[in-house]
Amino acid sequence: MTLKKILLMGNPNVGKSALFSRLTGAKVMISNYPGCTVEFSQGEMKVDGERPVVIDVPGTYSLAPTCKAEEVAVKMLGEGDVVINVVDATNLERNLCLTLQLLDSGKPVIVALNMWDDTKHRGIYIDTKKLEELLGVPVVPTSGLSGTGVKELIQRIHEAKAQQTRHTQDEIWEKIGKITANVQKLTHRHHTLLDRLEDWSVYPFSRWIIAAAVVIGSFWFIRFAGEGMISLVFDPLFEGVWLPLMEKLSIFLGANSVLHQILIGTLENGSIDFGNSLGLLTTGLYVPIAMVFPYVFSFYFLLGLLEDLGYLPRLAVLADNFMHRLGLHGYAVIPFMLGLGCNVPGALALRILEERREKFIAATLMAVSVPCMAQTAVIIGLVGQRGMTYLLLVFLILFTIMMIEGVILNAAVKGESPEILLEIPPYRMPRFGTTVKKLWMRMSAFFTEALPIVFLGIFIVNLLHSLKVLDVLGLIFRPVITGLWGLPAEMVPALLVGLLRKDVAVGMLGGLGLDNGQLVTGAVILAIYFPCLATFFVLYREMGKADMLKITLIMIATVTAVGTLLNMLF
Amino acid sequence: MLIKLTQMRPGQAGLVADIRGGRGINTRLENMGIRRGRRILKVSSYFGLGPQMVEVDKMRVAIGFGMAERIFVEVSG
Repeated sequence: MTLKKILLMGNPNVGKSALFSRLTGAKVMISNYPGCTVEFSQGEMKVDGERPVVIDVPGTYSLAPTCKAEEVAVKMLGEGDVVINVVDATNLERNLCLTLQLLDSGKPVIVALNMWDDTKHRGIYIDTKKLEELLGVPVVPTSGLSGTGVKELIQRIHEAKAQQTRHTQDEIWEKIGKITANVQKLTHRHHTLLDRLEDWSVYPFSRWIIAAAVVIGSFWFIRFAGEGMISLVFDPLFEGVWLPLMEKLSIFLGANSVLHQILIGTLENGSIDFGNSLGLLTTGLYVPIAMVFPYVFSFYFLLGLLEDLGYLPRLAVLADNFMHRLGLHGYAVIPFMLGLGCNVPGALALRILEERREKFIAATLMAVSVPCMAQTAVIIGLVGQRGMTYLLLVFLILFTIMMIEGVILNAAVKGESPEILLEIPPYRMPRFGTTVKKLWMRMSAFFTEALPIVFLGIFIVNLLHSLKVLDVLGLIFRPVITGLWGLPAEMVPALLVGLLRKDVAVGMLGGLGLDNGQLVTGAVILAIYFPCLATFFVLYREMGKADMLKITLIMIATVTAVGTLLNMLF
Repeated sequence: MLIKLTQMRPGQAGLVADIRGGRGINTRLENMGIRRGRRILKVSSYFGLGPQMVEVDKMRVAIGFGMAERIFVEVSG
């Protein structure tokens, strides 16, 4: 048998991605909640001189798909030569259902009995030899997180066998009952601190205290760590080291040269303004590195810990009741949480929602009122200068828009919000290596994806400025921007840049001499008028043309109304 | 005594007796290990018409209120 394509398949949250990463050395996101992988990733591995492709298939409970991610999984089954069925050893019974369905499919299967390290302290004993006999395919105990058994899995991959079994669903459960009775022994387990924390997270009263502690603690941590990094590291670096260099370069180039305009940008009162000069080496570096990075870093550090611990599904259950009023169920919290980091992964995570209606509502709410961390960082930097009240006001307004729009959509879109049905994984202590690796992946993605677009945005604005296009656009949009929103028509460049990078766009408000009310209005408008193009295209791909047109119209209506209302209020 | 999952007290256990719903709901619950004859433990319920947290096979599952209304459990006493 030649091995070309190996599929990693299994229930959600059994550690497929961790195992994938061990087999291929590829870097992928690993978290402790079902549905972390919504798109497949692929990589190569080495088996006896061959280099087959390994595919990390999104988790599925059965071969009868109930949501988009599961559909992807089932479709991919046809393409594989061998299936590594990843089974959660601490949850054998439920996992074997998919195993038997895979055996029925006639594909060669090898079983990885994953999370093996966890079985001991959970008081679970599994006779793997006997399980192997009963299933008729190789069974290898593994642990994706620690690497246990991965070598043996690779060595035995050629032993994967195809079965020609056929079962009805009832026969499958009957057989599973027999198998588990034969191979599994459960003994008493000791309660650990994590077990107790699990109970506290779901019992009445204590769950609210924990949720409040997590949410408030997160805000506090992100703000404290972000500000700390800025004032201790990045501001001294830019003001003390980079500014003198740029000032020399500015003099050398001459304030009126084209190169000066591109690299340094426009001088404000004869000096460089990192927030507003709009040169590639000034604003282009300062905004993403010194204003945004510290907050993005703190946010993802914390999110990574919460993801790996397994808190997010518990938060989802807690939010379920509230989310139903917006036409969603609790699990929509996951795309929103990811969206608070960056809307692009947030939009991809919409796939964990089962129905079209809730996807539509969640996509609209995210596009309109979930600000990404880059944008939030600059809002904190800019609006925070005017006082904590104004800063809170911006987020309060965004939250209110979300609630009102959710209630309206829930009433207007036909259908009902579906019920949550969610596996709550046990808490797992985050591993230092895994958490750091994930943070590293997200940070390098930030730099490789954000920096070029920041540069592009700044370049385009400079180009349009010198071609006088901005003046024309300013005239066209003046009735809306000035007439309805009470903002200067010079906001046009910010609105344009906002299509590429919201952080730079918000930063540009700093140079317009806005009063407090105008600044709040401007920040809100930049947050809601349109998602950045990267997000827009992902949403377009996920939702299709018709829905995206509707969402766009909703966005335009919302920003027009909200801008006008805020202008009247302030 | 046959009662709805939503009527169970936290800490109460029983055997799943019936799931009164369509094929879709039955499949999705079955995927989570919840099917006729299984022992189910109610861990807690959430405020108002919130989800019901249960434990089956040492695994915790949150079930939306409406879906939990369709699950009937045989409890003693």
